[in-house]
Amino acid sequence: MRQGFLYQNPSVLWFLAALGLFTVSVVMLSEVTGVAVVSTSFVKTLGKTLCLCLVAIAMDVVWGYCGILSLGHFAFFGIGGYAIGMWLMYARTEMIVLGSLEGQVIPPTPQEVSDAIGNQIFGVVGSSEFPLIWAFADSLFLQLLMVVLVPGLLALVFGWLAFRSRVTGVYLSILTQAMTLALSLYLFQNDSGLRGNNGLSGLQNIPGFEATSQAAISVVFFVASAVALGAGYVFFAWVVSGKMGSVIKGIRDNEARVRFLGYHVESYKLFVFTITAVVSGLAGALYYPQAGIINPGEIAPIASIYLAVWVAIGGRGRLYGAVIGAAFVSLLSSWFTGGGAPDIPLGFYTIQWTDWWLVLLGVSFVAVTLFFPKGIGGLFDYLVRKP
Amino acid sequence: MRAIFLAFAVLCGTCIKVQAQDLQPLLQTHAEEVAKPSRRSVGVMLDDLVASGLPQVPRFLEQWAGRSVWQGPDGVFFFGTEDGDTLVLEDVDSGETRTVPDDGYTQLRPNGGVRRVIGTALVQFQLADPDIARRQSAVESIARRPAADQLAPLVASIDGEADEELRARKIQLANFLTARFGETAEARIEAINSLAADTSVEARSVLNQILTRDTGVASTEPEGNIARILDPMEAPDDFYAELVEAGFAPAQTGPATIRAALEANIDGGTVGGVPLAQLSTDAARERAYAALARDGLAPPLVTQTTRDAALAAFVFYELYDEDNAAITEAAEAALASVEQRVAFAQAADLALDGLSLASIYFLAAIGLAITFGVMGVINMAHGEFIMMGAYTGYVIQLFIPDYTIAILVALPVAFAVTFAAGVTMERLVIRHLYHRPLETLLATFGISIALQQLAKNIFGTQARPLTSPDWLSGAWVISDVIQISYIRIAIFVLALLFLALILFVLKRTRLGLEVRAVTQNPGMAASMGINPDRINMLTFGLGSGIAGIAGVAIGLYAKVTSEMGADYIVQSFMTVVVGGVGNVWGTLAGASLIGFLQKGIEWLNPSNTLAAQTYMILFIILFIQFRPKGIVALKGRAAAD
Amino acid sequence: MAMLLEVSGVSVSFDGFRAINNLSINFAEPELRAIIGPNGAGKTTFMDIVTGKTKPDEGTVIWGERNISLLGMSESQIAMEGIGRKFQKPTVFEAQTVRQNLALALHNPRGPFAVLTHRRTAKNAARIEAIADEIGLTGSLTRTAGELSHGQKQWLEIGMLLAQEPRLLLVDEPAAGMTVEEREKTTDILRRAAKTRAVVVVEHDMEFVRRLGCKVTVLHEGSVLAEGSLDHVTSNQTVIDVYLGRAHA
Repeated sequence: MRQGFLYQNPSVLWFLAALGLFTVSVVMLSEVTGVAVVSTSFVKTLGKTLCLCLVAIAMDVVWGYCGILSLGHFAFFGIGGYAIGMWLMYARTEMIVLGSLEGQVIPPTPQEVSDAIGNQIFGVVGSSEFPLIWAFADSLFLQLLMVVLVPGLLALVFGWLAFRSRVTGVYLSILTQAMTLALSLYLFQNDSGLRGNNGLSGLQNIPGFEATSQAAISVVFFVASAVALGAGYVFFAWVVSGKMGSVIKGIRDNEARVRFLGYHVESYKLFVFTITAVVSGLAGALYYPQAGIINPGEIAPIASIYLAVWVAIGGRGRLYGAVIGAAFVSLLSSWFTGGGAPDIPLGFYTIQWTDWWLVLLGVSFVAVTLFFPKGIGGLFDYLVRKP
Repeated sequence: MRAIFLAFAVLCGTCIKVQAQDLQPLLQTHAEEVAKPSRRSVGVMLDDLVASGLPQVPRFLEQWAGRSVWQGPDGVFFFGTEDGDTLVLEDVDSGETRTVPDDGYTQLRPNGGVRRVIGTALVQFQLADPDIARRQSAVESIARRPAADQLAPLVASIDGEADEELRARKIQLANFLTARFGETAEARIEAINSLAADTSVEARSVLNQILTRDTGVASTEPEGNIARILDPMEAPDDFYAELVEAGFAPAQTGPATIRAALEANIDGGTVGGVPLAQLSTDAARERAYAALARDGLAPPLVTQTTRDAALAAFVFYELYDEDNAAITEAAEAALASVEQRVAFAQAADLALDGLSLASIYFLAAIGLAITFGVMGVINMAHGEFIMMGAYTGYVIQLFIPDYTIAILVALPVAFAVTFAAGVTMERLVIRHLYHRPLETLLATFGISIALQQLAKNIFGTQARPLTSPDWLSGAWVISDVIQISYIRIAIFVLALLFLALILFVLKRTRLGLEVRAVTQNPGMAASMGINPDRINMLTFGLGSGIAGIAGVAIGLYAKVTSEMGADYIVQSFMTVVVGGVGNVWGTLAGASLIGFLQKGIEWLNPSNTLAAQTYMILFIILFIQFRPKGIVALKGRAAAD
Repeated sequence: MAMLLEVSGVSVSFDGFRAINNLSINFAEPELRAIIGPNGAGKTTFMDIVTGKTKPDEGTVIWGERNISLLGMSESQIAMEGIGRKFQKPTVFEAQTVRQNLALALHNPRGPFAVLTHRRTAKNAARIEAIADEIGLTGSLTRTAGELSHGQKQWLEIGMLLAQEPRLLLVDEPAAGMTVEEREKTTDILRRAAKTRAVVVVEHDMEFVRRLGCKVTVLHEGSVLAEGSLDHVTSNQTVIDVYLGRAHA
């Protein structure tokens, strides 16, 4: 079956080849091999971009293929980040605390260790007690399970509620946006148990690998992100091809027809919504150790809208479009806002891109929606059709 | 003494004129007390002064208390002002002044206790002062620092009070004082009972003063007016700490104490016979500590059992400072009744808050309801139109210094600006995206981020003030509990005006008719000579223009920033969706529901507005499960798609 | 002839307007039936009720030998029970090929996981070929449905219904916008389909109904006005009044 699937979807092979080539070149040029053409911080940026591409694919499946404009997938991404961040922070703080308690004549009790860790982590929000949601923070395995389960369950419950009451179209978008807003507002509270607006930090330090250089860690995460992106791409390409793809595209184009053909449309939407949420969570779990910090601002509704913007600019309804959009816009965005773009002096006024990039993005986004609804990916149609 | 005060008060209106006597001789008869007053002796002298009824007395008392009375070498008293080495003296009776070198003159410095006594004596004069401002300040100074001896002069001054308002205030204050310091228990209880209907902060504080209590611990139940006996098991550790503080029990041995004791008694790798390496559990530590205690190296371990036994052996109680149980009972009853009234008043206040929040949501959402509800167009830039209106108001205030005129100009200008912006957006973007609602959502979102950043570039990131005119500042105070700021009332009125205006436009005008026609069947409307393009443009302009006006209103009570629109957009969508799309009444219902509910949730958890918003949104998500079409739902086939 | 669907005493109103008023109507299997009636007679609402889109205020809808009530079942459950519905406007998945459209409709497990792991089989391919042949789209299997002509889309939709293997086919105005030849072909397809199942055609066009040559039910103001052969009902005075728009007392 796999052969048949790849045979029908040659673009998947092309994508994997390009991704492989890209990954190998970046690794060869990184500081790890000594070539050091690509700096460690840029490796991190590229690794993060790959994670963004992965969540963009998920977004594309849910929106471009299934027609659900979810404004909540970046929230799932953030939840994944928080879930892994809890372990990273706990394990690292535990190590530091144990190290500092080492010298004491009387060995510490578990309670004393836990109190000290709690004090370290929650001191910023004026607390030292471990909230219930940190119950599994000491276990990497359980927290990894959380990366999958929490976004999955949230999507399942939310989706079940929303789809069963037949909330569709823009209503659904607004409802998902409300969910995202509620989540970010919740996380902003100091007593949410996740350090309020301080968020979780120091995530770039991987417990157990203190001796390893950030250069090596960044390359490992970069490769892991590339593998995840590749796997995610193949998985979703497989999902959206064949009969499943037929059904979900059918739901996008004419929900009622699919329903009268006997398909339980809600189950399909729920299925798509949930698996894309899970993949978003995984992408977030890979992203935030590279970013080093996660705070509630990352989850704000605006982030999910940007996700939709990437997919729209890249070209929705085609997986590589989402990848192109996410990579292109997010890299361009960091180039412009990072001061990489030269200012334009107009004599009476100087256009500083740090100030004007968002204006440019907004306007070009309107232009894409109006004039190039197929996005950048639409250009490939011309290339393919020409010969 | 009180009797004298009373007599004086009755007489004072007439006696001043009758007796034109000098003060100085009187002072000289008490020269010793005046020069070196003590708290005990000063009373007799003051009584004499007051009894004399001389008009100079109040002034003298003030100057005396203010350390401005000097005694000459010959024993004569003067009002004096120091000026370098010289002294400006004023005769206490004639008011003649002369300047002398300060040699030989002594400044009288009555101590704090004496000054207080003088102050009290002064109150009666001030309470009856011809100048109303002085009378008021005397009354308020009593209100600030009520004391027992002010009661009589206050009561005495009531009859002579000419000003109605002040008289009422004096009666109220006298009542408060009677409740606390009245001579007989009956008088106090009567006064206390009369406070049961008074929800003012002052009345409540009077009752609470009467009910002040001390907590204490003793081995047997003490004598006195006991408020209640406490159950130490509710918070055993806290109560045990009290026992320790009172010296009735040894300090509790907490983990930290144990640890410190262990550390202090390390004996070659073991403590109390337990190897150090094993001390990583609480049980092992307690064992080691017990060994230490046995050897007398540490105080005995206070376990939970010993703690509870100690607690059981003592009575923890609260004792009223007031001894008379009848009075405290009456005060408790009055306070309970007051608190009930306060709770009602708070509910009313909360309702007013909810109403004003609902008005704001309504104003923010009604423009959206028109574009979203009537036209089916999702305008994510709606919030930015609100922001544009607010900034328009800000810019106009830069040019027009009179805030009242500025606001009156700002409202129509904001409407015009956002109307134009809305029409431009409709023509350039939205027109091409009808029937592609999701894309409209995204395109208008693009516009929204561009506008937001543009505002940031022009006005900077800091909040800009939009100042309301003076007549809008301040609040309408109904009682100490219920009050509402005028600005919120203005917003409420504005919301009502808009509701009426929009209903009028949609239901009673040609434009409204055409809008409804185009909404229901654009093809049919077009064939009847209505230009749907024009109608869509105007409708969108109208919705946007209202957002501009809402912006001015919101800017007046909140800050004007480039992000203010984003704060309202989700709430506004919620309002429209919850209320029911395509219906002005629905928007009103939605705004009311969300406004009241949010205030209600905030009331339940006042410390945390973020949590209130979170629960609010969760509620809305659930609400939509049960009424997907909103509160005011359109039914039937028309609503199907 | 066993009763396949029994609709009895069904009423539904929207905002006070009674779209269906105490409607009772039965279908046997196999049967070809035409339902005619002026605008607003409740034809579409009747189909909405049978297919589960609209819940009636009162009445019963009983299906099949086991006498199952269709009320309270979801659209997809009703479809799986064997009721296929063709919309007035051709609704096919325009972005997908004719083959994909038909494959989507084939009578196979409908659950997400069954669909996800679905594999092509020769049996299914043969079914698709057979249906394509039936509706005259054999040559167009690889074309995108959006490229088809109006008539072809209508046939494709009918073909999708056939692929569903329903026992009752509800067809809403299949001949609208068709040329004369296309109509003839449509009539043939429907008549053939009705040999093994119940086919209910809602139609405005009397000529088309005549060509179907079947029992006719006239709906008016949400209830049955007359029933019988076309000649029988067209000679009915009330039917004539209704159709000519004359006020009847």
